[in-house]
Amino acid sequence: MLRIDDLRVSYGRVPALHGISLHVDEGEVVTMVGPNGAGKTTTLSAIFGLVPPASGSIRFEGQSLVGVTPEKILRKGLALVPEGRHILGTLTVAENLQLGTTARRDRAAAAADLEKTLERFPVLKGYYKSSAGTLSGGEQQQLAIARALLSRPRLLLLDEPSLGLAPVVIDVVFDTLEELRQEGVTILLVEQTVARAVEFADRAYILRSGRVAHSGTREEILRMEDFETTYLGV
Amino acid sequence: MALFVQHVIDATTYGSLFALYALGIALIFGIMGLINFAHGELIMVGGYTIVLLAHPPWPVVILATIAVAIVFALAMERVAFRPLRGASPPTLLIASFAVSYGLQNLAILIEGSAAKGVSVSTWLSESFQIGSVSIPKLDVVTVAVTAVLLVSLGLFLQRTRIGVQMRAAAEDFRIARVLGVKANTVIATAFAISGLLAGVGAYFLTAQTGEVTPDFGSNPVLYAFVATVLGGMGTLRGAVLGGYVFGAIFVALQAYLPIELAPYRDAFAYGAVIVMLLVRPQGLVVSRSVVTRI
Repeated sequence: MLRIDDLRVSYGRVPALHGISLHVDEGEVVTMVGPNGAGKTTTLSAIFGLVPPASGSIRFEGQSLVGVTPEKILRKGLALVPEGRHILGTLTVAENLQLGTTARRDRAAAAADLEKTLERFPVLKGYYKSSAGTLSGGEQQQLAIARALLSRPRLLLLDEPSLGLAPVVIDVVFDTLEELRQEGVTILLVEQTVARAVEFADRAYILRSGRVAHSGTREEILRMEDFETTYLGV
Repeated sequence: MALFVQHVIDATTYGSLFALYALGIALIFGIMGLINFAHGELIMVGGYTIVLLAHPPWPVVILATIAVAIVFALAMERVAFRPLRGASPPTLLIASFAVSYGLQNLAILIEGSAAKGVSVSTWLSESFQIGSVSIPKLDVVTVAVTAVLLVSLGLFLQRTRIGVQMRAAAEDFRIARVLGVKANTVIATAFAISGLLAGVGAYFLTAQTGEVTPDFGSNPVLYAFVATVLGGMGTLRGAVLGGYVFGAIFVALQAYLPIELAPYRDAFAYGAVIVMLLVRPQGLVVSRSVVTRI
């Protein structure tokens, strides 16, 4: 479904990715883990057209995403929950959710999805008309995920959705991801809570210093002797 | 007392005009970080439209003025600013100066640098007389139309899908695009609205001055820029408030400065703005997105 080959990205003269290759098949949950600065967020940003690749290819269902604008990438069936949530704090919860349906042409179905979303995330219903900036961190993360889902993505990219959240709220996030998996949504998950992400995923890539250090199925990664030292980057 | 009422009316009229100009600047700045000094030339082409049309019925003049200003706004976005998408603010600023001088010189080429006189409407140049206070009809119409435009723009931004998208883009353009907001649509809409505001502003300004010159838009855009800075860069509410505050300063100085200092009115007005910014450097209204960026 998604295939990245030898992706290289530089910020100015500082290289961030030294040739990353990975793929995500339809229906899979794939996680990308690794220490800070490993290139996880850069990879997601490159997929979504937010940073231009220096070289390499990014293909979604056979079509190249390189040089395509974010708004067109969304319309191809991808959605991104960015790092740090990035809810629009000056807008209401309702408006944030409405923005999630920007690309939808099926207005009636989108309205029905909105109803379903509010049932799935009841906390958002309570604050529906409030400014999104007043939500707590966990509520903002639920809003960011809910908003991304309203575009009905076939491939959902999540960048550290559990960052800075209380354990109870992290459970809510992973429960949601589990439901999405059951619904057949393909997921590429970047996480810092490594053990949990790897156990949740079908396959994992371990990134270090802009390269894929290891990759394999959940079982293969968990069986790796140096798994802990690798993901901690020691 | 009558004199004071007269000053308040003047201040509100100037304030309305400044708010109209300032909104056009603030709207574009909020969305794409461009301080569009060529906004003045939208007012200028609006003015020449009125000159060139001469004497058709007034609704035709107004609609044509607005239409021409919108067309020029969209054209400058498409030709000058879209290729610079993502460029740094100084680059965009200099590009806007280039567009501004380009259009001014085009106007000199076509129409000459001498002022072209035009009488917009005899009805507008009359006054209402209430006791000893005489209120020019133009002032009443300017204030009323501006109020209607401000409310309509507010409703547009609050209630329509594209309005919500514009507010999202103003807060965080990248995230708005990730959610599917089309950059070209949002920016073109912002330029079209700034063209509309410039067209209306051009009509009132032409009615007031009775003549149009190639640098017709230079002063308004300067006032607009000062008003947006005064109100707080990046907020529409600030731009409107800044416009009215600057209008009040302007008229107060005009009314109360000693006669020998009156020629230096603008210097005093800008001096007052400098003092206000020393006291409150962030402007009167603080933009949420600026706060989060810092």
